[in-house]
Amino acid sequence: MPDFCGIELAHPVINASGTYDAIAARRVFGDALLAEFPFSAFVSKTITPEPRVGNQPRRIWETPAGMINSIGLPNKGLEGFLAEDLPQLAELPVPLIVSAMATNREDFARMIERVAERDEVAAIELNVSCPNVHSGLIVGEQPSETEALLEVLRPLTGKPLIVKLTPNVANPEAVALAAEEGGADAVSLINTLKASAVDPASGEPAIAAGHGGLSGPAVRPIALQQLRAVRAAVEVPLIGMGGISTAADAAEFIAAGATVVAVGTESFRDPGAGTRVAKGLETTVSQSQPRVRALHLD
Amino acid sequence: MSAPFGRRACEVTADAASGGYRIFSLRDREGPPPEPGQFYMLAAESGWGESGGRPFLPRAISVAEAVPAGEGVRLDFLVEDVGPGTERLCCLEPGERVWVTGPLGNSFSTPTQVNPDAAGAILVGGGIGIAPMAIWRRHLVERGIPLRVLLGFRNEAHSGGLEELFCAGGSLCPDVRLTSEDGHAGHRGYVTDLLATMLAGDDAASAVVYSCGPPAMLEAVRALCAQHDVACELAMESPMACGFGACFGCAVPKSDGGYIRLCVDGPVLRGDAVLEVAHA
Repeated sequence: MPDFCGIELAHPVINASGTYDAIAARRVFGDALLAEFPFSAFVSKTITPEPRVGNQPRRIWETPAGMINSIGLPNKGLEGFLAEDLPQLAELPVPLIVSAMATNREDFARMIERVAERDEVAAIELNVSCPNVHSGLIVGEQPSETEALLEVLRPLTGKPLIVKLTPNVANPEAVALAAEEGGADAVSLINTLKASAVDPASGEPAIAAGHGGLSGPAVRPIALQQLRAVRAAVEVPLIGMGGISTAADAAEFIAAGATVVAVGTESFRDPGAGTRVAKGLETTVSQSQPRVRALHLD
Repeated sequence: MSAPFGRRACEVTADAASGGYRIFSLRDREGPPPEPGQFYMLAAESGWGESGGRPFLPRAISVAEAVPAGEGVRLDFLVEDVGPGTERLCCLEPGERVWVTGPLGNSFSTPTQVNPDAAGAILVGGGIGIAPMAIWRRHLVERGIPLRVLLGFRNEAHSGGLEELFCAGGSLCPDVRLTSEDGHAGHRGYVTDLLATMLAGDDAASAVVYSCGPPAMLEAVRALCAQHDVACELAMESPMACGFGACFGCAVPKSDGGYIRLCVDGPVLRGDAVLEVAHA
């Protein structure tokens, strides 16, 4: 039973934010979703202070061993989420982690206060892959911006704060360290890699927004290296993700220092992928620990 | 009825060429029978992206027919090779297995559910979009609802499925009319030419139109129905990674602003709920 920031998890596999809508999935699969829930904690899609409809299509594009997406964070906004979505997510049989994003510290602080006061919420993940409208800088690309944001948010709650790192930087470990110094309880990585594709039929960008984020097995070796670099830089627990499709993949991330792993894109291919990875991991970790170590060191 | 949670492996029981398309069958021992208009996410168990990395995501395919078979249901799918995913689905062999999630999405409403005064149905299918029209046609016929079916194809290479899905006793069902852009079968021109003529008739207002086909055709159907004030339901397509509301990729603009997710709020949409059918 992994302990993650004081939250007891039945197994180490959770979902990546924005890759599973448990409310929609329950409409599709019924209560079997609850009986066979594939994750040991559920991370919500990112919420923002105000409602967002998301980007115009086309939003996704298949690539070799992966996909590019630019969805645009559609969500009901803070108040809509608290009133409509949170009560439904509270029916899930696992702890709830709410992902939140804002473009200025005041809004971010207001969101964290409102979300953290709800008993249904076990932890908050800060999506910092967005610009600070005052500085124009992407918060998660700047150690100083990240630390300054944490210094504002940290005093507002005793609940665990997780910083979701962007991989689109030269030194993710510097941002991780800034998050830790600002008081973050954990760091999760990686978010998607900035990527684009051209629609061969039109010669135009395949994604309407021009570019998007790459996910899937194609990004896994990059994610693993960033995890190793961050592991060497900070003490806080890490949530490792990026193209994990199998238990063997997850075992690599655990060997490289992740306490918890997240499955994202693979759930699109297999709605029950989380369970498959978690069950396989029990066998892999208990029976093949030497082999996992070897993978790590080779 | 909910789809079983997760994906399951189903055996391919038949696969054959049908004109320029392929038609294959899966034996599904777990899922409930699909409703007309619903779809499945399909990926071959082997040979799915191993060399070269594509196809990677499963493909959303509408069910063309579903028949009780032993323990379970036989699902028929009509596919055309238009990319790496459908290319693989077009060369399935009996005995192979396919990962199946579904049935997914909503289904067609009966004519009187759409319009209490409706007296019948007009089905308009284009290209590979004839597939959901086949299972819907059978359901309507079984309920004794009067209908006419208009099917259109670009040319002979881009056509198929008629013999398996719209014929009885070796000949085309009498309620079915064909069109082709190259004139190889039926009326030469667009299927919407026939629809326009039909909707201009006296009895058109008492019909409900159901349609599936390429975006340009669906948009023409939507616009024609709006012009003649005839209700329509469109079975639409959109890029889709998951089929169960997780990826938010299949956004379709609504007529009143914002987007819907086609996988969980569609694929069947009322014509007046859609802003316009995007020309992908």
